[in-house]
Amino acid sequence: MAVEILKEKYRSKVGEVVLGATKEQGGTRSHTVTVGGESALPYLHFEGETPNRPVVALEVWDMAPQDWDPLFEKYYGDVWNDPGAWAKKCVEEFGAEMIQIRLKGADPDLNDASPEDCVAAVKKVLEAVGVPLIVVGCGKAEKDNTIYAPVAEAAAGENLLIGVAELENYKAVTSACMANQHNIIANSPIDINICKQLNILISEMSTAMASRIVIDPTIAALGYGIEYSYSIMERARNGALQGDKMLAMPMIGNVGMEVWRTKEANSPVEDEPGWGEQEERGLLWEATTAMAYLQSGIDLMVMRHPEALKVIKANIDDLMKDNSY
Amino acid sequence: MGLTGLEIYKHLPKTNCKDCGSPTCLAFAMALASGKASLDACPHVTDEAKEALDSASAPPIKLVKVGTGDHVVELGEETEIFRHDKRFFHPTGVAVLISDNEDVAAKADAYEALEFHRVGLDFVTDMVAVKCDSGDAGKFKAAVETVAAKTGKAVILVTDDPAVMEAGLAVVADRKPLLAAATVDNYEKMTELAKSKECPLVVRGKDLNETAELVEKIVALGYKELVLDSGARETSKVLADLTQFRRLAVRKKYRPFGYPTIAFTSKDDPREEVIQAGVYLSKYADVVVLKACEKQQLLPLLSWRQNLYTDPQKPVAVEAKLYDVGEPNEDSPVYVTTNFSLTYYIVEGEVESTRIPSRILSVDTGGVSVLTAYADNKFSAETITEAMKKSGLEEKVKHRKIVLPGHVAVLKGSLEEESGWEVVVGPREASGISKFAKESFA
Repeated sequence: MAVEILKEKYRSKVGEVVLGATKEQGGTRSHTVTVGGESALPYLHFEGETPNRPVVALEVWDMAPQDWDPLFEKYYGDVWNDPGAWAKKCVEEFGAEMIQIRLKGADPDLNDASPEDCVAAVKKVLEAVGVPLIVVGCGKAEKDNTIYAPVAEAAAGENLLIGVAELENYKAVTSACMANQHNIIANSPIDINICKQLNILISEMSTAMASRIVIDPTIAALGYGIEYSYSIMERARNGALQGDKMLAMPMIGNVGMEVWRTKEANSPVEDEPGWGEQEERGLLWEATTAMAYLQSGIDLMVMRHPEALKVIKANIDDLMKDNSY
Repeated sequence: MGLTGLEIYKHLPKTNCKDCGSPTCLAFAMALASGKASLDACPHVTDEAKEALDSASAPPIKLVKVGTGDHVVELGEETEIFRHDKRFFHPTGVAVLISDNEDVAAKADAYEALEFHRVGLDFVTDMVAVKCDSGDAGKFKAAVETVAAKTGKAVILVTDDPAVMEAGLAVVADRKPLLAAATVDNYEKMTELAKSKECPLVVRGKDLNETAELVEKIVALGYKELVLDSGARETSKVLADLTQFRRLAVRKKYRPFGYPTIAFTSKDDPREEVIQAGVYLSKYADVVVLKACEKQQLLPLLSWRQNLYTDPQKPVAVEAKLYDVGEPNEDSPVYVTTNFSLTYYIVEGEVESTRIPSRILSVDTGGVSVLTAYADNKFSAETITEAMKKSGLEEKVKHRKIVLPGHVAVLKGSLEEESGWEVVVGPREASGISKFAKESFA
């Protein structure tokens, strides 16, 4: 008895965004990375294409992090005073497919690093590794708005992914990306309408930017509202496949940063004897969070623990295997 | 899912005899469609019509129960492809696999120790699978005895050999274990065993087609307490098959797939295995069986299950009380927010990152966010003051100062009046807390 396989026919697909640029393309990257392009729900290869593997990045800061769990010292402690060396280790030793540099040091409450310092940090990373880069600010909008333009200009031609644009603050970063042909992260607070609205506003500033947007729908860690982000992403992806152009962009999430703020990842076993060994628990908390977002359609994840990255890469290998009938 | 009144009407006698109490057959059909009447009220309906209506009104996926007493695990009766369309109902049964070739007693002890408490909830594995790898019925029986003595949780017996299954059943038949599995080669005997002991039965084909055929054969033998296994063991193939089971059952009402599903992991590395189990849990498996049995491996998986199966339409609340962040003393700052879990956890995360020991007073707003609760009068000078009193805040701090979310700055005056405390207006968004705290309390 032949079962009649139910395949969905979608009207549309997710747009592709190419990140990075090689020498021939005007940059200095050893290769480019393409995200998006799906014409099916996550890994249902029997009904459509998933032309590009989801990509996993590791995060590098322009300063040694003060608030990371001590367990990270054994991985990054020898390099976290030098963003270039840090990035190199992430790529060569840990297998990061991209690097996200977070200009945390620019935070006026921390180092208050100048835009010139930020440019220097980004340049160090560009010189140290050949993978495409993601650059994000310190998270304080006022300061970040002074960083975007100089960084975008100094890295012109590199086809960076720069973030983040928010509904209340998108113009400075959009202009910086427009002028120097970079890509942009559009961040909305777990809200599909704001997500669309922001994409429209960015597209209105420049139609060329519409195809350079990567959506950050705001992701939560496992146990901290992950189901909200999961459902928003499922809805966004369904919308994209059904033809909503303002949702048809690849999606990114800062998995590592969110997970390593949680008690479940950071509590030593002495504090929570009922939860098992800490490092294993933490890295599985991160990998499980990433696993869930892969199932809701994420295209690009920024992770933190090298072993979590490894497990997730293995999971992506498995998910990308053909399952057509 | 349900039939429309007109669809039901087609199967009724159309005599308008009023014996059912409704004035016409059409009126009765409408009452049936809206669930206000039962088909039993019509004395004239034919058996064929009854069966047609029964199967049409049956849920797309049958409810199957494993276990007895406090340890019953209900599987199936799902109606959705996406949780945001309504919700998922019966959380995936998470089963730890114990082989009769390993140290059964040690693993059963480790299994029983798997119980977690976090965010005010208890997390437990609900099933245990005992697998015959030895090929020896006596050894399997002994393993089942050991496991059954150590845990009362619902059991899955895993063997394709009916004689071995019978040996295991001799120990735990009264606990209604799930029998895994009936195959093309053994289904007659397995069905007979399942039927005689009234135990649910896994049906495993080598692919979707064979599974469907096998289901029909077993149903023809008169047994319907079934759980589906397509036989696939590769992650992406299992994902595809589980998706087809769910879609065909829910969208096409394809009867052979109208049963809950089970998925077995294939990875040996425990980290990869947990992630593989997570994929199956996310996409439609009603039972996931895995070997991993350590706390740090199961806690993430059980947490994901809890998150995935929450009702998206129902706000999720934390307990409304006074929470400590770090080790606060009598001078530590006090923040007030709602008991909407997302709000609370974001505030807690931000307060924690200030590294200033503090307290957070979570006010019972029925689990809704600050602005919604304010609009609804659930986050007001009165409710906040009441929560302050109830929490014993007055005894815990020397100062009389509370931080109010910036979005409801308008409450400052009335709250000061009502509570007699000084009200400090905090940032509008939680992300502003670290800067605020640094300026105000550092």
